[in-house]
Amino acid sequence: MTSTVDGRSPGLALPKSELLEMYRRMVLIRRFEEAAAEQYALGKIAGFLHLYIGEEAVAVGAIHAMDERDHLVTHYRDHGYALALGLDPGRCMAELFGKSTGLVGGRGGSMHFADASKNFWGGYAIVSGHLPIAVGLGLASQYLDERRVAVAIFGDGATNAGPFHESMNLAALWKLPVLFLCENNLYGMGTAVEHASAVREMARKACAYDIPAERVDGQDVLAVYEATRAALEHCRSGKGPFFLEALTYRFRGHSMADPEMYRSKEEIEEYRRQRDPIVLFRNRLTQEGKAEAAEFDEIDREIDEVVAAAVRFADESPDPDPETVTDYVYAEPVRVS
Amino acid sequence: MATLTMVQAIARTLAEEMSRDERVVVLGEDVGKRGGVFLATEGLLERFGPDRVIDTPLSEAAIIGAAVGMAAHGLRPVAEIQFADYIFPGFDQLATQAAKLRYRSGGQFTAPMVVRMPSGGGVRGGHHHSQSPEAHFAHTAGLKVVVVSTPYDAKGLLKAAIRDDDPVVFLEPKRLYRATREEVPDDDYVVPIGKAAVRREGTDLTIIGYGTSMPEVLKAGDELAKAGISAEILDLRSLVPWDIEAVMRSVAKTGRVVLVADAPRLSGVLGEIAATIAEELFDQMLAPPVRVAGFDTPYPYAQDKLYLPTVTRILNAAKQVLEY
Repeated sequence: MTSTVDGRSPGLALPKSELLEMYRRMVLIRRFEEAAAEQYALGKIAGFLHLYIGEEAVAVGAIHAMDERDHLVTHYRDHGYALALGLDPGRCMAELFGKSTGLVGGRGGSMHFADASKNFWGGYAIVSGHLPIAVGLGLASQYLDERRVAVAIFGDGATNAGPFHESMNLAALWKLPVLFLCENNLYGMGTAVEHASAVREMARKACAYDIPAERVDGQDVLAVYEATRAALEHCRSGKGPFFLEALTYRFRGHSMADPEMYRSKEEIEEYRRQRDPIVLFRNRLTQEGKAEAAEFDEIDREIDEVVAAAVRFADESPDPDPETVTDYVYAEPVRVS
Repeated sequence: MATLTMVQAIARTLAEEMSRDERVVVLGEDVGKRGGVFLATEGLLERFGPDRVIDTPLSEAAIIGAAVGMAAHGLRPVAEIQFADYIFPGFDQLATQAAKLRYRSGGQFTAPMVVRMPSGGGVRGGHHHSQSPEAHFAHTAGLKVVVVSTPYDAKGLLKAAIRDDDPVVFLEPKRLYRATREEVPDDDYVVPIGKAAVRREGTDLTIIGYGTSMPEVLKAGDELAKAGISAEILDLRSLVPWDIEAVMRSVAKTGRVVLVADAPRLSGVLGEIAATIAEELFDQMLAPPVRVAGFDTPYPYAQDKLYLPTVTRILNAAKQVLEY
């Protein structure tokens, strides 16, 4: 497993500005998600809301390693990825509010963020159903000789579903540039991995398809960055897919409606105290003399403002015009009934 | 001009479109070396190579989903599902991904792809090789649905489907693949999606059909003519969008309509068309619409011929609307 715990972490050699930017994006995700939870409680956000709190290092570390031309296809817990990509927090929050200024005009909501300008093909809410699309993006990349990698993000639960196995097989069979990045947060909704998967280590599933695999500490943003960078290099060099398993933990329930009867309060507390990716990274940068408390505090203050502004923007944005409900079903408007 | 069967017309059309546009790629089970289980992709691998004619494993979800990814990224994939019945393992990719990509992204992404499938009964295929699942697709906003019944239309509509900017489900009645030959022009013509064909003009009643059942529908028209009854016959060709204008024009003229297809009756496409006719032309109707469909059963092996709308059943329905 790749980890910085043993002291080796080439990521530390990144310029200070990049390190602080990674910190900034992790804090942005944390505060954004906290604000989303508040707005949900206020009734401003409807439906289903799945927070990324606790898993920030995975999205930020992985995306920092990606080339901006690489493709990203994710599961439904997608806010963190949108923010890590640098998408506007106001437009992200507006999407949660179902406003016309949202990433996709309020059509999708929490689970269906997307943005063409970042090659972010979106969040998908049928578990494992998005993986074949990543295979197709990889196939197109190979066909067009573009050397772009399709990065597919999914949870441990997805590895038990059929499309995962079809996608792994095809990607390996055709040596496609696809990075399978599994966020193993130990629970598929309310079912622990050991009750859902015959194999506890998701990375071991890759060997059935001869796909090289690695496990990485998903609470360590530099470790995720390093592992993703190496995995992307493998994919980009024409050697086919790579499987990366990031061991992580969500600090909040599966969704806002989760009473969390399936795991103990002690377990959650322990992760929060010992394994908070933001605290770990801040401490690490401090120990290494990369930045001082005042610099982190300044970023924290700035993010508070950014998130408050995002909520304001979403709140003040107009609802979508009812007339637009039938837009974008087909390329041209079509009468079908 | 060549005289071709429907399946030959399809293979030629795929080759023509692949020559015209190198973004067009074909993928599916046995489409390469085998040339397709019905030979609809015969000769393509030799001509265009394995990068563009891709033999896949038995992975319907991955075939459709990969086509979505390729289409989203600028290619024009034509995926073959070996039998329409096999779409169900891949249905999530079609209904959840392909159909919704444009809408979910507010128009940022599109999936211009074709999913070709041999469909329908009449070949004693049993439960899992005979179904006409068009209603599942028609009920899914974002998909276009085409069902061809002649070699000429197969060429023109397949070209239209490949060039369309939306995902198109292209149903090929397997019973008609080699049932007839007709002259298919060599030139690059397109039959637009959404336009019905008037197969016979008439004034006494309208018979609307599509796909597998069209030969019986046409025979019924001949029989009626012998009895001095003038039937107007429409071949819908497209189910989404269906040609509302042509249907209403014809039924407004005749006041009587029989609708025919070899799919289950319950919640089928025929019911939707009948309902729309009733909503729009109630005052002008001389009789209620009558459907002649398959049964609300799994497809029966032994009673294959009974399941298909027969000429007799169509004539009985015609009698019913004429004598109302």
